[in-house]
Amino acid sequence: MAKVKGAIVVDIKRCKGCELCIEACPTDVIRMDTKVNSKGYHYAYMEHPELCTGCVNCALVCPDSVITVYRTKVEE
Amino acid sequence: MEVKDIIKEENLVFKKTGLLTDKILSYCPGCGHGVAHRIVMEVIEEMGIAEDTIGIAPVGCSVLAYEFMNIDMQQVPHGRAPATATGIKRCWPDKFVFTYQGDGDLAAIGTSETIHACNRGENITIIFINNGIYGMTGGQMAPTTLPGMKSSTTPYGRDVELMGNPIKMTELVAHLPGTYYISRQAVHTPLSVRRAKKAIQKAFETQKQNKGLSFVEIVSNCNSGWKMTPIQANKWMEENMFPFYPLGDIKVDGKIIDK
Repeated sequence: MAKVKGAIVVDIKRCKGCELCIEACPTDVIRMDTKVNSKGYHYAYMEHPELCTGCVNCALVCPDSVITVYRTKVEE
Repeated sequence: MEVKDIIKEENLVFKKTGLLTDKILSYCPGCGHGVAHRIVMEVIEEMGIAEDTIGIAPVGCSVLAYEFMNIDMQQVPHGRAPATATGIKRCWPDKFVFTYQGDGDLAAIGTSETIHACNRGENITIIFINNGIYGMTGGQMAPTTLPGMKSSTTPYGRDVELMGNPIKMTELVAHLPGTYYISRQAVHTPLSVRRAKKAIQKAFETQKQNKGLSFVEIVSNCNSGWKMTPIQANKWMEENMFPFYPLGDIKVDGKIIDK
């Protein structure tokens, strides 16, 4: 059965660390990095990349449009 | 499969629309303005009308909208966006004209412009962001502040007997004959973002058909003004704003929907 795998790329410079993407993610992929960007905000990253399905939820709620989403089908 | 194998051009499903500039938004972290900007620009891009659209930026937090929206924009004095939009639309009837206003702009200083533009039935689209307070100036009470809601000028909550009742602009303009499509949406969850985008698309299509004024209210958060984290603010909005400002279409095809 084909499985859907996804990945996100976060524009670290623009992320403001509002954490709305963490709330929106159904598979609990995203966390805030302990490091900060040049503006002093913690930024989002994929803590569990293997769980990402590329559902786009995080990118839809991101106020600063920093998330780019990729999705592909993998044959098992 | 490694992450770097997924991140390829052919697997791309979502990226920032080209109609938003690369400038970092001036809004607070978690502010609904960012999503509202993006879905308006996505609708314009998908309809292929970027060259023919003129936006009107208000006074308020979104005063710099012309910096972020990569289309023709005009910035106008406080509350006067519908009046300027009327002038632009009458000079260029084949252009798409929309205003993007907050609640202090549209419901307080610009009440008369809004109501008369709606009553005349100008073929424009009004995007109304309602967060219940004056966000930019420091969270003062606005006409849309809920009864009992705390703001910097109502630290014990809005007292209706002393300060009057909040105004529901969207229901108010729905009763005017010039309006054709009226809807109230939110942008705090993925589902609500999708619905809000559909509503904005319908608003621009109404304008294309020259049917009358289309008006989309977006109930938004103001986490800085409400003194909450973005997630708390969204939860507070669901619990307190939505019972008073119920989401959904209010007027479709010129007819008010009975609920």
